[in-house]
Amino acid sequence: MIFLSRTLPLVIAFAFGMLGVIGYYVPHGDAQSLEREMALWMRIVFAFSYLLGLYSLLNLHWQRIRQRVAGWAYSLIAILSFAVMMVFVVYNDGLGPFTAQAEAGGYKWLFDNIQVSCASTMFSILAFFIASAAYRTFRARTPEAAVLLIAAVIVMLGRVPIGRELSDFFPIATDWLLNVPNLAAKRGILLGVSLGAIATSLRIIFGIERSYLGGGAE
Amino acid sequence: MRDTYIFLGVLLLFAAVNIGLVANGTLAADWTGLGIIVAAGMTLALYSFLYKDNPLFKFAEHVFVGVAAAYVFGQTWYPTLYGELIAEWTDPGEGETPNWWLLAPTVLGLLMLTRFSLRFGWLSRYAFAFFVGLAAGWTIPRYISSFILAQIEPTLQPLTWSLEGLNLLVVLVGVIGVLVYFFFSVEHTGTAGHISKVGIWFLMISFGASFGYTIMARISLLIGRVTFLLDDWLHLM
Repeated sequence: MIFLSRTLPLVIAFAFGMLGVIGYYVPHGDAQSLEREMALWMRIVFAFSYLLGLYSLLNLHWQRIRQRVAGWAYSLIAILSFAVMMVFVVYNDGLGPFTAQAEAGGYKWLFDNIQVSCASTMFSILAFFIASAAYRTFRARTPEAAVLLIAAVIVMLGRVPIGRELSDFFPIATDWLLNVPNLAAKRGILLGVSLGAIATSLRIIFGIERSYLGGGAE
Repeated sequence: MRDTYIFLGVLLLFAAVNIGLVANGTLAADWTGLGIIVAAGMTLALYSFLYKDNPLFKFAEHVFVGVAAAYVFGQTWYPTLYGELIAEWTDPGEGETPNWWLLAPTVLGLLMLTRFSLRFGWLSRYAFAFFVGLAAGWTIPRYISSFILAQIEPTLQPLTWSLEGLNLLVVLVGVIGVLVYFFFSVEHTGTAGHISKVGIWFLMISFGASFGYTIMARISLLIGRVTFLLDDWLHLM
């Protein structure tokens, strides 16, 4: 049982990991086809993982309704909204689910008027909270905090017309800040992150990193 | 009690405004007009959180969650599960044979769903092993190529007596400083301490620039929503 539940998954991870590495360096047509096929497999497995997430979300709200926890009515609203949207997703403007997706109908209406408006509103709300965070951040208590403050103020003024009206310095300084010191810091971070990602990938392929297997039965 | 009155007042005001807009022909009495009313209502309900957490906000938040979950299902079903899987078998195209190799990812995907079973949950490890293993394999060469070699090359260019050369020098100093700052195998004292201090300054400039950039992006979205409310909904602009 240990072989099936622990060793075999590690063998699968090793085999597909090596396939991923080798496929990149083999320019042969068959290797490229195999890599495209693997990308397709990945998309399909990823699509199933969405169903896993969906079950998790609906189950969470269903349990809240069943146990009548505080605010259970909101969970009911979430499930009803999901059901209404699902009806239109499956209806597909009269074409049904076994064809290409229609670009019109109730699905599009709900997407345009609820999904898009809510998503952009949610993100724009952050403008208010980021303003209060800025107040706390921008109290220049140390030289480093002062540098952060100055860089942020220059970039903000450089991105709006009033900054250009005040002085040509702001748009020029903004471009320089973004393209030189910001680039240097981002590049340093990226190099560190990449080395970390490669090391982690090697650990996964060689079975040293096993946390993705989860707990439970051996 | 005060909040209840405010809540009812806002709802009545919203209803009255919309009735007025439809009655005087500002908003069309069709699906387009209704869509604008719904979008305006959701926008205002979500903004009500700025006052404090309230039932209107929670209602809009949960509607958003439900609709978004079903929307992502549509985005998963039509292009991938139907388009790249089921259609491959049911409608493989003129002169093409069904791709039965796709049974393998289908089985792996179905095994992933055993995650919720106490008895068979271990079977999902095969799907995760495939996914994580292949992703790890793809990461190694691509990160080396795109994020290491492609980043080192422009950093190590010949320096010249020009503004570009000066910028190159600043980038080189910054990259080295940041790398030293994140290199924890050496104690940050003496020369390493001074270099890592330079790295901190570069990081602070970068964080400040990113912060300013993010604020402007959020404010741009806020302007978009306010424009929608004042122009598309109320037609005041």
